[in-house]
Amino acid sequence: MNRVELTRVPLIKTALRSRWPQLILRVIALAGFLLAILAGISGTPVGSRNFGIVFVWIGWWALLMLVAVPLFGRGWCSVCPIPMPGEWLQQGALLKPQGRGLGLGKRWPNKLRNIWLQNGAFVLVALFSTVILTSPLTSALVLTAFLVIAIAASLVFERRAFCRYLCPVGGFIGLYSQVAPVELRVIDTSVCASHTEKTCYAGSAEGYGCPWQVFPPGLVKNTYCGTCMECLRTCPHDNLAINLRPFGTDLNNPTGRKMDEAFKAFIMLGSAVVYSAVMLGPWGFLKSAAYHIGSVQWLVYAAGFLTFLFLLLPGLFYAAVALGQTLGGKKAKPTGKAASRSRLFGTHRQAFTGFAYSLVPLGLAAWIAFSVSFVFANISYLWPVLSDPMGWGWNLLGTASLSWTPYLTQAVPTLQALILLGGLLWASRTSLRIADQQPAQPTAITRPLLQALPIIAFCAAVTFGLLGLLIA
Amino acid sequence: MHEVLPLNAEHSTRWILIGLALGLLLAIFLVRSFGSGQAIEVHAKMPEQGGWTPSDLAATAGQPLHLRLTSDDVLHGFAIGQSDQPPVDVEPGKMTELTLNFDQPGKYTYYCTRWCGPNHWRMRGTIEVQPDLNKPGAAASQSSQPEAEPLFIQMGVDIDGQPHTDRIPPDRPNARRGQALDTSLPEKYLAEEYYRTHSPVEVWESLRNEAFTQSYSDQQVWDLVAWIWRQGTSPAKLADGQMLFAQNCAACHGEMGAGDGVMAEAVAAEYASSGHGPAGPIDFTDPHRNLATSPVIQQGKIIRGGMGTGMPYWGPIFTEEQIWALVDYLWTFQFEY
Repeated sequence: MNRVELTRVPLIKTALRSRWPQLILRVIALAGFLLAILAGISGTPVGSRNFGIVFVWIGWWALLMLVAVPLFGRGWCSVCPIPMPGEWLQQGALLKPQGRGLGLGKRWPNKLRNIWLQNGAFVLVALFSTVILTSPLTSALVLTAFLVIAIAASLVFERRAFCRYLCPVGGFIGLYSQVAPVELRVIDTSVCASHTEKTCYAGSAEGYGCPWQVFPPGLVKNTYCGTCMECLRTCPHDNLAINLRPFGTDLNNPTGRKMDEAFKAFIMLGSAVVYSAVMLGPWGFLKSAAYHIGSVQWLVYAAGFLTFLFLLLPGLFYAAVALGQTLGGKKAKPTGKAASRSRLFGTHRQAFTGFAYSLVPLGLAAWIAFSVSFVFANISYLWPVLSDPMGWGWNLLGTASLSWTPYLTQAVPTLQALILLGGLLWASRTSLRIADQQPAQPTAITRPLLQALPIIAFCAAVTFGLLGLLIA
Repeated sequence: MHEVLPLNAEHSTRWILIGLALGLLLAIFLVRSFGSGQAIEVHAKMPEQGGWTPSDLAATAGQPLHLRLTSDDVLHGFAIGQSDQPPVDVEPGKMTELTLNFDQPGKYTYYCTRWCGPNHWRMRGTIEVQPDLNKPGAAASQSSQPEAEPLFIQMGVDIDGQPHTDRIPPDRPNARRGQALDTSLPEKYLAEEYYRTHSPVEVWESLRNEAFTQSYSDQQVWDLVAWIWRQGTSPAKLADGQMLFAQNCAACHGEMGAGDGVMAEAVAAEYASSGHGPAGPIDFTDPHRNLATSPVIQQGKIIRGGMGTGMPYWGPIFTEEQIWALVDYLWTFQFEY
């Protein structure tokens, strides 16, 4: 296994097991989050001058998409301030477990133990994003709603139900965290097998049972591990590690591929395309339709957006998968027409879900390339806003009068092209690996290259579409 | 002793968190309430969204009025009518500090100087300046200078008629050609009140009947009219008028006065159904209407506005000289100087 166990370094281990560094980061993040809400409510309604817009949608987003997700996976989740107030109430403490908290502690409903709600929440935010991302008041109300829903979820359900099943951001961070070069894993599962208390899931005096409702010894993917470090604190055998690993390791693991995650991949890829078209494309009518929420044009835009995410993209992808299966797979022996059809569909469905994971690197590259386009252009809005968060004429740090300057304008298109083409290469490689893993039937002669070829063509079409939107 | 420590840590953390949240709230509340000191914060928004807030300000003569101006949407400008105070820009999300001093009590109008939208001209507010009662004689000074009524009111001119003439010159009247005729015009034609109160067509008819014009062609008489108009103004006044026109009128009336400015269509559409006046801004290049209009009617229109036509009232904004300079400039769309 080509892993480097980072937690072997005593300093790293101490820093991660201690509650203090994490707490300090979370308190700083909470202060920023509260200031963003307050600035949105009482500061200037001019987005480019309001901390709530600039800090969250340019500063935080840049940090998340360009650094945290690609390098640390769910690293942001481990310092996110949103669950803090609810968890404080639920656990009755901010540090180690002590006493009793409030809340009903109900189990999350079985039917909702998937990320469909997160998919829906993301699409809902995305449909209104033109206003959420530009109007400080709307943005503040959305952030407040996150906080209120997180508190309510903590009081009704056990553990971090909001993070795991509701947070619209957490859904895609989880999907893309499979790519990250770090992971939290058990060192030796046989140690866990003989450890009857299972303190990593049940909790102990040192920490809480996994807030993300994950059983750490069963971890094979980053997707639902919130890297909150509780298991590092609760394991009496010191059997958990943070490993450095090759990028994209989780994508090669065929276990646990599911339709809700597959659709998360379509939603993310599709919304990167739509955002690029709306925000950076040359079509005024599209921009205007996206901004005029509630108008007929907006309804048409919303219908188009949903059709693109849930029908067109998956439909085309399904066609590509089916073509690949026909070209490179062996058809099941026909035992009557209906049986063959259902069998065929069954196989395709499985292949569809499997191959959708090759869209993970493609989607991440699309989001990074899209983010690069506005982050470097607009990050300079951050300097005046840090000095004058409310737009009230303050100059706390002496940076209030720094004017807007786009950075690296010359380099950005090349950078975007490299990122998108890198994403395409990575997606192609992933699809070939997935093709290799498709369960072969006893008599089948599978040809992975032919199976993957239509998928690669699909990815190439999306990539060139994005190249056109972002760079041309 | 050692057992107590973790609990203390927990408690301190709780207090830090509560302090942080409340501290932020309190700090913002305090700054909001007292941060701007004596200054009054004035927010600018497009007129459709509310214009100036507050729109009515109060001040005392001789005492400074501190303003903090900011825009909540697009770029606006701030200026005070009939004053020498240079206009300042009001930028979104930025504070522009401004200190005003009023020597004389009275009601002043402040207005937006940037074309912020189709209803830009409606973006106005007032500053009520009270006499400083602690100063001896302050109250008296208020009424010491009763303002003269504008000419169109003194004369009781109807400024809402639809002037029209079919007697139009074959060629555009030219002041220099009129001057070249070297006619010694009777004094009455050169008196300021005379040409301000008559339309060019009336002056033309009057001149046509004079004995000294009998040898002139109709066009030559028109050239004389242009020469009379030219003598009523000066290059300096025309330059002032041109600047005022470009800043305040051209957006609707067009740079060349043809009633085709960038806002013309929007204004015409908005007021088409009101039933008042013509649909759309006046075309100053149309001789049928303008040669039948006297300068005093134009003065009245500018001061009072178009009553339901979208033409703003400029009375509280421009000084009398500025309005006459503007009227003088309007004639350059009919006459060649």
